[in-house]
Amino acid sequence: MAYLDHAASTPMRPEAVAAMLPFLSEIPANPSGSHSASRAAKSALEDARERVAANLGCAPAEIVFTGGGSESDNLAVKGAAWAARDRGDADGVVVSGIEHKAVLAAADRLERDGMRVARVPATTGGVVDLDALAAALDDRTAVVSVMLVNNEVGTIQPLADVADLVRERAPHAVLHTDAVQAPQWLDVAGAGAPASLVALSGHKFGGPKGVGVLVVRAGTRLVPLVEGGGHEWGTRAGTQNVAGVAAFAAALETTVRQRPDELPRIRTLRDRLERALLDGIPDAVVNGDPAQRVAGLLHVAIPGLEAEALLVALDCADVCAASGSACSSGAVDPSHVLVAMGLERERALSSVRFSLGWASTDADVDHAVAVVPDVVARLRSNRFVA
Amino acid sequence: MASVLVMMSGGVDSSVAAALLVEQGHDVTGVTLKLWGGESDSGCCSVADVEDARRVAAQLGIAHYVFNFSDDFARAVVDPYVTGYANGTTPNPCVACNREMKWGRLLRRAHDLGYEYVATGHHARVVPTPDGPRVARGVDFGKDQSYVLATVDPAAWARTLLPIGTMTKAEVRAHASRLGLRTATKAESMDVCFITRGGRDAFLRARVGAAPGRVVDTDGSLLGEHSGVASFTIGQRRGLDVAVGERRYVVDVDASSSTITIGDRDALLRTEILLCDTVFPGGAPTGELTVQTRAHGATARGRLRGDTVELAEPTPRVAPGQVVALYDADVVVGAGYAV
Repeated sequence: MAYLDHAASTPMRPEAVAAMLPFLSEIPANPSGSHSASRAAKSALEDARERVAANLGCAPAEIVFTGGGSESDNLAVKGAAWAARDRGDADGVVVSGIEHKAVLAAADRLERDGMRVARVPATTGGVVDLDALAAALDDRTAVVSVMLVNNEVGTIQPLADVADLVRERAPHAVLHTDAVQAPQWLDVAGAGAPASLVALSGHKFGGPKGVGVLVVRAGTRLVPLVEGGGHEWGTRAGTQNVAGVAAFAAALETTVRQRPDELPRIRTLRDRLERALLDGIPDAVVNGDPAQRVAGLLHVAIPGLEAEALLVALDCADVCAASGSACSSGAVDPSHVLVAMGLERERALSSVRFSLGWASTDADVDHAVAVVPDVVARLRSNRFVA
Repeated sequence: MASVLVMMSGGVDSSVAAALLVEQGHDVTGVTLKLWGGESDSGCCSVADVEDARRVAAQLGIAHYVFNFSDDFARAVVDPYVTGYANGTTPNPCVACNREMKWGRLLRRAHDLGYEYVATGHHARVVPTPDGPRVARGVDFGKDQSYVLATVDPAAWARTLLPIGTMTKAEVRAHASRLGLRTATKAESMDVCFITRGGRDAFLRARVGAAPGRVVDTDGSLLGEHSGVASFTIGQRRGLDVAVGERRYVVDVDASSSTITIGDRDALLRTEILLCDTVFPGGAPTGELTVQTRAHGATARGRLRGDTVELAEPTPRVAPGQVVALYDADVVVGAGYAV
């Protein structure tokens, strides 16, 4: 089987699995207690926080552990917007149209609750349109959200330029970046530095599902989504997932340490897959500007084929790929990202994402190269003639 | 053994259909169609129903996919339904869905993917005839669904399996219980899948502008007013907001002048039904036929002459747009739409 859906989720790194195990058995306590068992859990939690902070270039007190990427995005966008509304100095939300649904849905909610929301389009290459962004910003903008790496086409967004515009035109705004897809490919400490809020998710780089981080830089005010016992500096209540957090830290450390080796290896694999698919399917087109793309992403349109059918045929041929954004029922909707890039609906519905990651091997690409063009050819030749 | 793509709605019938195909040794894949994502995401394609289908598929050890056909469903099923009512006709959206979606786009996709057959949990049978396979009534007459399959392109039956058509509903439920399927005791869906809260009138009112008009007697005298023809169908008795002595029925709906005509039962009786868009799988049938004009209920006897069904007895008028299915014994030998 060729698992080519790392952008959806990655296998856990062995280091993350090992880091998790003690907290599933030997160290069971709640980190908030006062006894020795709690101290062991608390110590592990804070150790993980320090290691995560070190790898993200921030202070441990700026790390908030959450239940995943979607929660981090919601906490950032809603939390910062609500804080601005409480202060009374801003009421606008500006998001790029190619954001993850977690950001877009949070903005939709704020709009229903009376805030102004602007959704900024992207270029056909999949990069946020900076002129449109500039036009959307004003001195009543409370939150700006532009992702670091797009999850569908893999394009890196010009966050430093975005931050410059925000500083110039929206002095009250907090800049959030959804960096969920970034850690495997970019140094988030540097690339995410222009943002006051940075969202991460463990399972996108070899950590566990259900564990996320929001970097909240000192001085950034958020109204919490989940309130209770004052955990995580009062920003996110709930007993911390100590096992998950320990595994998150181990996965992040390993990812950062091995990036110099893994990145070129994965890029070589992806390029080989891309060449083989473009050679084997001559009318296939790559979505997303190749010059701005991370090393593991390959998003291709295969004209005349419905992606929904192709994914079934690929699944039957033991290739795991993806398309659009799967909704809760598992149906494929036309990708809002490709729509925001101004691509035609037909192209959006005939596009498939292959995403590689730390666990990708030569054998994965060998298998995909061997079967994908063949599956496409068979689907095309089988075309039902009524 | 054949490769079969079975449509699983999340109900007990299609769950058992899938189970039977697996028991028969076929290479089975399950699929649930997402057809409607409107404001009431319920009916046949709610998230809960998809989850039921997925869990049953997992229990049966077969792959399961969801196909999003909501764009075509809106275009080929919902829009004509709304337009039909606005024009004073009475369309059957399940008939359109079976023809355009299940035995239309889904059958084409199944073919593209190399499946030999599609299957569903309809209470109907595919039977051999000298002209090739045809659709026939299911053995559970009370649950028979051959009527809503009557306009499907007949060529589709050679590529269709209807595994539960030889079972009664009680047998279907018993089989589901024996297998421990989670859908064994699930309630049946009875209504149009895309209409939930508020009912048909509210659904149509939200999509068809108000077109008030007159309610008249068969002699043309004014009896009252109405708010739009979309709320009326031939033969309807309820909701007639006029004070008259005896029982009255809608006997005519004229959308062009927005006029509803009501009359007594005799004014509703007809001895002929003119058909359009007919489908005759083996050529126009010649002998005496069983004529069915609604999904459930009494049938009539009649013969076909050209595109007209001549009825043996006077029968209440069939609303324009309704499907008329013609049977020779239990086999569908023709269908068309009442004009």
